[in-house]
Amino acid sequence: MPTDKTSFARQFIGSIPHSRELGMTITEVSDGKAEIAMGYDTRFVGDPETGVIHGGAVSALMDTCCGTAVMSHPQVGGATATIDLRIDYMRAATPGQTITARAECYHVTRTVAFVRATTYDEDFDRPVATATGAFTVEKS
Amino acid sequence: MPQNRREPLQQVKHRRDAALRALAGGIPYAQYLGITFDRRGDELTALLAYDDKLIGNPMLPALHGGVTAAFLEVTAIVGLSWSFIWEDMESGALPLEEVEAGTLPRLPKTIDFTVDYLRSGLPRDSYARARVTRSGRRYASVHAEAWQDNRNRPHAQATGHFLMLPRD
Repeated sequence: MPTDKTSFARQFIGSIPHSRELGMTITEVSDGKAEIAMGYDTRFVGDPETGVIHGGAVSALMDTCCGTAVMSHPQVGGATATIDLRIDYMRAATPGQTITARAECYHVTRTVAFVRATTYDEDFDRPVATATGAFTVEKS
Repeated sequence: MPQNRREPLQQVKHRRDAALRALAGGIPYAQYLGITFDRRGDELTALLAYDDKLIGNPMLPALHGGVTAAFLEVTAIVGLSWSFIWEDMESGALPLEEVEAGTLPRLPKTIDFTVDYLRSGLPRDSYARARVTRSGRRYASVHAEAWQDNRNRPHAQATGHFLMLPRD
């Protein structure tokens, strides 16, 4: 894994106020792929009865992870923006556990990047949610 | 729907506002983002008050796509729950004491949620409304739209499917 790109990506995440707010940390990034972790926080709970993280927080994590994957792709020049993102929720994330998103930018045209992502809690055999999205591409 | 026409206005408003407070105020993540709801009769408008922590692109600057997604999802869930709480509340099936104690029906669970980003979210307040397009016994479809300065120029829209939890 090229360390310069990782440190760039870490710096990039650190410069996004909302991602910093949610405590996201990049654990891995390389050509078109990214992994970002987010620790459990009671502020992000959707249903206080169960303590389960709100779907919106999972969306924020996947959106950031997909965007990071796009920007790390060799054919993508600069910044990117989400065109659309679909999230499927498989099950509730276990309260108290860190959630991790893994995104892969699997196809890039001159104008659009296609991405898919999966989010796990500490059980990596059973996904919590998956996402597919399209992102804008700026010429490099 | 059986309604008491002679019920004092203040009492009607008190009941409806208490239910809305219990519903929207019971979601920690909505509180954290700064989402509140404005009510006119049974119509709800969600408000997302601008805050620097909601920024996703500091260069433009623009709201984080995840914030917009979360805002629309909260709007959709609260809008959907509100539609069936309203019925039970107005018919008397859901007593005021229960509403005030915060014992509302469980929130529906999101099955999937698709967001279209139409324009970049500006660093200012956002508004959103949800429309329940279909509400069945087990599944519901909800559409939500968010805008900022101009109601006719939404910055994002979303469609989601939800699993209704059995009422007991």
